[in-house]
Amino acid sequence: MIPAAFDYEVAESTDHAVQLLGEHGDDAKLLAGGHSLLPLMKLRLARPSVLIDIGGLSDLAYIKDAGDHVEIGALTRMCDIAASDLLRRHCGLIAEAAGQVGDPQVRHRATIGGSLAHGDPASDPPVALLTVDAELVVRGPGGERTVPASGFFTNFFETALGPQDLLTSVRVPKLAAGTGWSYQKFHRRAIDWAIVGVAALVERDDGTVKRAAVGLTNMATTPLRSAGVESALAGRPASAEAFAEAAAHAPEGTNPPSDTNASAEYRTALSSILVRRALEAAVA
Amino acid sequence: MAVAERTIGTSPPRKEDPELITGQARYTDDLTMPGMLHMVVVRSPFAHARIKGVDASKALAMDGVVAVYTGADLAADWAGPLLMAWAVSEDLKNPPHWPLTKDEARHQGDGVAVVLATSRAAAKDAAEAVEVDYEPLPVVVDMEAALADGAPLVHEDQGTNKAYTWSLKNGDVDAVFAAAPVVVKERYVIQRAIPTAIETRAVIADPSPAMGEYTLWSATQIPHIVRVAMVVATGIPESKLRVIAPRVGGGFGSKLQVYAEEALCLLVAKKLGRPVKWVEERSENYLATHHGRDQIQVAELAADEQGKIRGFRFNIMVNMGAYLMIITPGTPLLGAFVYCGCYGGDAYEVNFTGVFTNTTPTDAYRGAGRPEATYAIERIIEALARKVGKDPVEIRRLNFLPAFTEPTPMPGGLSIDSGNYDATLDQALELAGYDQLRKEQQVRRERGDTKQIGIGLSTYLEMCGLAPSRVLKALNYAAGGWDAATIRLSPTGKVQVIAGTSPHGQGHATTFAQIVADDLGIPFDDIEVITGDTTLAPLGMDTYGSRSIAIGGVAVHRAAMKIVEKTRRIAAHELEVSDEDLDYASGTFSVKGAPDRAKTVPGLAWSAWTAHDLPDGMEPGLEETAVYDAANFVFPYGAHICAVEVDTETGQVDILKYVAVDDVGVVINPQIVDGQVAGGVIQGIAEALFEEAVYSDDGQLLTASLTNYEVPAASDVPSIVIGRGPELPSTTNELGVKGVGETGTIASPPAVINAVIDALSHLGVTDVPRPASPENVWRTIRSTRGGDGR
Repeated sequence: MIPAAFDYEVAESTDHAVQLLGEHGDDAKLLAGGHSLLPLMKLRLARPSVLIDIGGLSDLAYIKDAGDHVEIGALTRMCDIAASDLLRRHCGLIAEAAGQVGDPQVRHRATIGGSLAHGDPASDPPVALLTVDAELVVRGPGGERTVPASGFFTNFFETALGPQDLLTSVRVPKLAAGTGWSYQKFHRRAIDWAIVGVAALVERDDGTVKRAAVGLTNMATTPLRSAGVESALAGRPASAEAFAEAAAHAPEGTNPPSDTNASAEYRTALSSILVRRALEAAVA
Repeated sequence: MAVAERTIGTSPPRKEDPELITGQARYTDDLTMPGMLHMVVVRSPFAHARIKGVDASKALAMDGVVAVYTGADLAADWAGPLLMAWAVSEDLKNPPHWPLTKDEARHQGDGVAVVLATSRAAAKDAAEAVEVDYEPLPVVVDMEAALADGAPLVHEDQGTNKAYTWSLKNGDVDAVFAAAPVVVKERYVIQRAIPTAIETRAVIADPSPAMGEYTLWSATQIPHIVRVAMVVATGIPESKLRVIAPRVGGGFGSKLQVYAEEALCLLVAKKLGRPVKWVEERSENYLATHHGRDQIQVAELAADEQGKIRGFRFNIMVNMGAYLMIITPGTPLLGAFVYCGCYGGDAYEVNFTGVFTNTTPTDAYRGAGRPEATYAIERIIEALARKVGKDPVEIRRLNFLPAFTEPTPMPGGLSIDSGNYDATLDQALELAGYDQLRKEQQVRRERGDTKQIGIGLSTYLEMCGLAPSRVLKALNYAAGGWDAATIRLSPTGKVQVIAGTSPHGQGHATTFAQIVADDLGIPFDDIEVITGDTTLAPLGMDTYGSRSIAIGGVAVHRAAMKIVEKTRRIAAHELEVSDEDLDYASGTFSVKGAPDRAKTVPGLAWSAWTAHDLPDGMEPGLEETAVYDAANFVFPYGAHICAVEVDTETGQVDILKYVAVDDVGVVINPQIVDGQVAGGVIQGIAEALFEEAVYSDDGQLLTASLTNYEVPAASDVPSIVIGRGPELPSTTNELGVKGVGETGTIASPPAVINAVIDALSHLGVTDVPRPASPENVWRTIRSTRGGDGR
């Protein structure tokens, strides 16, 4: 459990972090909470030659009301997101998903930015953010830009972040009043990643589904939106029967992994069960 | 004079806890020696490969690297291979197991070379730079495949993968089966488990080159046995070797072992004349520390039409892994006598076949043979119940051996110390609210709920307190099973208890102090307990097989009673009466009929120390040693009941309630016993629902870390409801104690699995694989219900 040798730099500011990334390029990794990166380094599966520690950038740790959305600084810890009244009020799904990560010790270290930048399809918050159509704010050598969550996750542990980019915040749209949500995480142990997870939003209009958004955790090489389920629901009554029919579409477009916890076949079966349960819970 | 309060049966704050709670306990990895080198082992990534060459030149050129040794480099230095102490049968194959392999790697993680460097990081970097030329060889990981004709051989020179066969037979089994109107037969697979102590292994060898002396610190359960075994491997005489097990963070049998790294640290320290430390990483632990279980069982019962058992027959294949370690072949034998559980019958047969495979060696894991035996009998008796149309409670009551308080024979061929199996079952049913659970189950069945309830029982009998030395001889084990204690009183009446059992979480210091406090009437706080050091506590056989109270504790008590006898003579002398004229209670001798004329043990310790006025011929001082070799085992038993809720859509199993009623005889410290029961049950639940060591066909351990070897955490397991049953004292020893370290792990897996099967019995389910993971349960449901599971 000793990582390969590396150099260590401390970023004094966001600009300094971007500057350090510019100096070290591909060989550098940003260190935030360290709960994804450090285990990989200790197993020598990751061998960055430089670590740029952004843990001291306290101005990136915040949750604030920004009008039509809630903005979460990239260095905000999972425990603070899980406990945020502001998020619980306007987009409880994000708080719920953050509260499902790891265990309390992990949630007190791990950051939302680190979780997103890591790009793990088995992680809970990325799917929740994808499901609510969040926007990610990125600072790079060319200045600041925003990337929709739908365009952020590009492949297995790969994102739209370039080697000199720093994710600075996440913009979470406030949900329309009456929008129900649920996050169903299926796992064997509380500390585990999801075998399959399902995030669901259901916006109703007089008993009819006005809009549904469904995200899948650990069902592909990236966090996934389930277009098949969403389109099957649009305009349908918010009924158990409609939910069950829509849930049958959950496997469409997925490519789940097989591992010692679950086969792809089992994950596929679970996805439909959990989508149905998530939809039912969202309107309950 | 005030009589000291009895501490036995109470739970004073544990003596061990202040340093544990404050993080001040020193484990092996906390120790450092001047000039110490760090060792890293280069391990084979292949499950089976010929080693064609090792090029260490790059590693040797790196900063801080002092030496690299391969198996070939050290071949001439060994006095012998690692100790295998249990040649169970004449046909046993025991290929030599060298600390580093010289020619072939036979499992993933087999040691190929060691790197010594001035820091752990440098040694780790250099180990990566050692270039080993491997020629991969055919691999076999499955036992049945390993016994097939033409299978790849783990040890080519042995000509077979069959390690041994061993049989136990009582009565005319074939005739009983032939005549029986009812026979049930099932096949069970007990998956491989990884013991997973919180502290991985760690070793420091500290040489004194000028004196030719060595101190070996090791995170071991067995410092005394390691000391003897190191003579065999390294040739360092016992008189020159001190072995210390400092604070040790759990073992569960995995540290009941003599490991390559202990011998390697000693040998390399000898060669280099410097202290050498090795600390195991977790993933390394999963490859290099022994595994447990891994059996394929064919279980059969012969019975009459009512379900009364007549005969038992079990044919069992046991995965040895790639080498035989200290008791690898003997581990299943520790369960061989209790495949009958607590049931009667006329004929009994158990056959074991040991099988070599290209996997990490197996050996003792909490319960060692008895969890496997208990699983087989507690599963097959439910199959019998189904066959004759009885419920699980009824079939058990029909077959229980009658209650007894004197030694009584059982079908396995041993004589049990005491037992009342109906009594523990009664209490468990009561604590579980069994009838209410059955009603709730019925309601959910009728409603067709997605989540169904199941109730599982396990009424077990185990044997522990390893072990009577004569029995060990009969089983061809190389050592004895006695243990020792010395009690020494200081002039002011403080007490040192020096015990030969070696704790790694059991609370010896507390429990032994309670025994001595009551025997000598000396305050608990005035008693210190010294263990785990072959110089300070030279006589001992260490800790495993639930022996520390049943053997070690009895030795402590006997040593204390020797102190009582000596102080009685001093008291009689001082009071000018004869020995027989004294009453003794809780540390006070008083003259019969004149209780005011009294002497206490602490005061008499002063007399023994000054020696001013001792009886003629008595030696000064107050120190006594007792060595206790039991005449029989002790036989804990009990009834466990598990209620589960099974999600019939996903296969997820949740435990609603778990009741453990264990009669472990006299309880010294209830809190420690509760802790052992709960910990053991949870470890058994882990085997039933979570944990499985999975190998790929090419011998790669796929569950080589805590992220995918599913050790449950507190949030994943229920609270355990605990009962003690009738607390019948053991008739084996005068304390009346039985062991409790393994009962939970022995009893719980079948209770949980029986519950899962019961929850799905309305679907026709009669078996579910271990572990009953969500996917395994889901597949079971699908196979019986054509896929919809609703």
